[in-house]
Formats: sequence, structure tokens, C-alpha cells
Amino acid sequence: MSMTIFQLLNSATFAALLFVVASGFTLIFGLMRIVNLAHGALYLFGGYLGLTISMMGGNFYVSAIGAAIGVALMGLIIDLGLLRFVKGNELRQVLLTLGVAFVLNDLALVLWGGDTYSIPVPSYLDGPFEMGDVTYPKYRLFVLLVGILIFIALWLLMAKTKLGALIRAGVDDSETVSAMGVDIRKIFIYTFMLGAALAGLGGVMGGAFLTLYPTADSEILVFSLAVVIIGGRGSLVGAAVGSILVAMLANFGQVWFPELAYFVIFGPMAVLLAFRPLGLFGKAS
Amino acid sequence: MQTLKSKYSLLIVVLSLALLVTVPLLFPGYKTSIATEILIFAILAMSIDILAGYTGRTPLCHGAIFGVATYVMLYYVTEMGGSPWVGVLFAVFASILVSIIFALLAIRTSGVYFILLTLALGMIVWGVCLRWTSVTGGENGLRGSVTPLWLQDKVTLYYFIASCFVVLVWMMWRFVNSPFGLTLKGIRDSESRMRTLGYNVPLHLFLGFVVSGFFAGVAGALYAFFNSFVSPSTVALAQSTEGLLMAIVGGAGTLFGGIIGAALVISLENIVSLYTERWLMVIGFMFIFMMIFAPSGVLGAVRNFIKSRQ
Repeated sequence: MSMTIFQLLNSATFAALLFVVASGFTLIFGLMRIVNLAHGALYLFGGYLGLTISMMGGNFYVSAIGAAIGVALMGLIIDLGLLRFVKGNELRQVLLTLGVAFVLNDLALVLWGGDTYSIPVPSYLDGPFEMGDVTYPKYRLFVLLVGILIFIALWLLMAKTKLGALIRAGVDDSETVSAMGVDIRKIFIYTFMLGAALAGLGGVMGGAFLTLYPTADSEILVFSLAVVIIGGRGSLVGAAVGSILVAMLANFGQVWFPELAYFVIFGPMAVLLAFRPLGLFGKAS
Repeated sequence: MQTLKSKYSLLIVVLSLALLVTVPLLFPGYKTSIATEILIFAILAMSIDILAGYTGRTPLCHGAIFGVATYVMLYYVTEMGGSPWVGVLFAVFASILVSIIFALLAIRTSGVYFILLTLALGMIVWGVCLRWTSVTGGENGLRGSVTPLWLQDKVTLYYFIASCFVVLVWMMWRFVNSPFGLTLKGIRDSESRMRTLGYNVPLHLFLGFVVSGFFAGVAGALYAFFNSFVSPSTVALAQSTEGLLMAIVGGAGTLFGGIIGAALVISLENIVSLYTERWLMVIGFMFIFMMIFAPSGVLGAVRNFIKSRQ
């Protein structure tokens, strides 16, 4: 099998994971104007929670759902317990979530230690998938599938449901929405929990092929930031396009300049910012 | 600080200088080293305050700019066998270069986007330092003394750093109170007004960023004398965050707040580390606490108090 197909598949599967994580980030950012720098830490916690559940005998899907619910509850606590006090002040919100990120990261180190873990996947997803002369790990193809399904689900949620319509309206003008008698506060909380749940789910998905280790949270956070900076805040399509771009850059960068892989994301981000400071699909507030 | 009568200001300056001179007598032994560390990080915190407090752009990349200087210093002196003084020049030059690249990108953004972008830029430096093993030594970092023989004594090193500190603080004080610095304040308060008045806002932001990066770079180069070791954690987000925390604890937009912040944070770090290894968690909680209860910091609170009395 040619290297290029292999790399393309690697990029696509990594993009799927990035999308799951970054879509949560961009939803919260777009609607609530909150940049949740604890998003990477929530990803890591999701992964570790999934690991613990599967070590206690839960199967892969139970771990994934359990982690998503657990992290959604953490999101609820962060939103109601902390962010409430700094409402309306973007700078204080960001720095507060940065504080939360440090606390959670260190807490994860206390609870799960500094070793590298990998979440076990079901046996039928283990091993390579062979089709003609293409051989590729089954699990990574599964991640791609889940990423696409989540994109469709989120798109349906945003485009076809009342909640989605309210979220979209809130992204554009939350004051008017609340003036029309909608309890926007509740929608904010749902969105925050949904965004956190996506981070937690991403943690389990990623924890099974990228492994979990103490600095995994900042790595995924940088990638998510790059996705949102490129894609523009609050846009699902932007998150999808951004994920694909960032994943390709990261993968091909790793092949061509293994030591400077991080650096490769930087160039396009720079060019993009020069022409579109709000990202490809971002709208001015 | 303008609200304080100049007589009191002079008194405070004299007392501070007296304290600076007597530190090795008041705090002998390893405490002198802690004081040295406080002075270095105070420079970093004040350089961050130039942007965060005076320009209204909160950066999360200054740990990277600081650490680049430390890396260059150690690489030039220990790997290439150069003189430490030439190393300082190269180190500061490298920091300025990094600042120029960061500034060109970051000044296009403001508010939260500025934080995000500088965070991502800083993380890229961290990623490069971690992975570019042949130059940076990867996770092991670079080790080796860059300190000339006459500076090896802890007290001499303290006085050397303290002298640099006084000069740098004076420079920064002059900078933020210069017409240029006042323009930055004007941009912080209302960018559109300054633009209407005919100021070249992007150019001011760019230069403000690079000046701030210059001071962070000098602090990073001095840190090499102090520490003789650099690893990716020197350029990591935690470093940028700690610097910003010092600026905020002291009071953003007060410049000298950075000194108080650095003293508080580093003293606390040394006390806490006697009992627990959970320093990151403490920093995190401090951030949460500051943001909820005391966002204007120590000097900010003093200033508000004085204003309310007048």
C-alpha cells in the first residue's frame, strides 16, 4: 500500500477525533463567548474516566458513554460553580478556565499517575482491516465513522431541532433571544454540558489510539485552538474544515519534518489570520 | 501611582532600594537565591504587564519568549563553547526575533482571540523544544553552567541580577510613562478613538509587543545564569501562566505590581513545595480565586482604596 493513502487515512481519522473535541469547544465559544481552556483537561479526564470504567469491567461503549456523562457533569459544575461568578467578563472567564485546566491536570496526575495508558477496544475493532492491497487498523476507521456520525448528529441538532434553532439564534444575538422570553441561561448550560460531553467522548476515542498521558491535554488543546482559529468560532462546518486542515498539516508535517511538526500548523494559521482574523467561517459579533 | 504624593513615592523608592541592597544580610543562604529568582521573575511579570495591563492585550506566550532566551544562552555557551556575554546578546536577539514573528500575527487580534493566538504560538515553541531533540535535548533539556567564575558565588550573583533589575525596572517605568506608553494606554481604553486621532495603532501594538518581548528575553537570559538548566517546562504554558499570575496578583497595569506578585508567588511556591508536590494545582486555585474575588490584584486594590479616599 502506498504511503500516501496510509497518510491520508491517518489524517482523516485524526481529523474525525479533532472534530469531536473541537466541535464542543467551538459550540461553547460561539454561543457563550466562553473560551474554555479547560477543554483539553476535560478531554483527558474523559479518557481516564473511560479507562477506569473499562478496567472495572465495562465494555467500550459503556466507557465512552459513562465518560461523556461524567465530563458533562464536570462541565455543569464548572459552569454553575465557577463561571457564574465572572459572567460577562471574557478575560476573567478565560483565565479562570485556565486555572481550572491546571487544577484538573494536576488532579488527573494524582488520580491516575504519570504512566501512559491505552483504553482497550472491543476485539472486533482490534487488528487490521484488509481490502485489496489496503491494510489499515480497524479501530481508526471506526473513529472516522463515529466522527462522521457525530457531525451528522450535531448538524441535525442544530438545523432541525428547536434547541438547535435557539442555539443558533443565541450565537447571533443572545440578548434578543432572551428578550423574546426564552430562558437563554438554560440553553447556555445545555450547550456547556454538550460541549464538555463531546470533549469527554473524544478522550475515550482518542485514548484508545493516541494513548493517555499527563500532557495529552495541552496537545489536544493546541490542536483544538488551531481548528477554531482556522474554522472560526461557533461554526460546525468551520470546525469540520478546520479539523481536516489541521489533521493533514499535523500528519504530513510529521512525515516530512518530524522534528518541527508543530511548526507546520503555524504557517497556514498565520496566513489565514492575515486575511481573515475571524477564521474561515467566523462571523463578527 | 500618580495619586501618591511624590514625597511618598521617593520614600518608597529609597526604602525599596535599601531592601534590595540588604537582602543578602536579611535573608542569607538559600533565601538569597530565592530573592534572585524573585527578581528575575519580577522582570518577566512586568514585561507581561506592559502588554496585559498597559496595552489591554493579555499574552500567554511570554514563557516561550523567556525560555527561548534561556535555550539560546545554554546552547551557545555549553554546546558551542561561546562566551556568556555574547550569549546574552544572541539570547536577547533570539527573543526579539520570536517576539517580532508573534507580534506580526497577534496584533491583528484582540480580546480573547489574542489570548488564544498567543497561547497557540507559545505552545508551538514548546512543541519544537520538546521534539527538536538534536538541538534542544528533547525532554532532558540542556544542562551546563554558563556563569563566569566571578559570578558563581550566590551573593555576587544576587547583586549582579539586582543591578540589572534596577536598570530594567527603571527602563520599563520610563517606557510605560513615555508618550509612547501613554499611547498604548489610549489604545487599551479605546482603539477606535486613537485611530481617529491619527495614531498608527498596529505599529504601536507591534512595537509595544516587541519591547515587552525584549524584557522577557533579558529575564530569560538572566535566568540561565541562575539556573544552568533549561527544559521544555521552561517554555511551557505553565511558565507563561505563572508570569501572568504574578502580574495579576500584584495588579495588572501597575508595573510594580509584578514585583509584589513575583515575591508572593515564588515565596508561596517555596513554602508549598516543602509540604506537597501539587504546585500546579495551587497555581490553578490561585488563578480561580484571583479571578473570582480579586481581579485587580494587590496594588490595584491599594490604588482603588486611595482613589476612594480622595
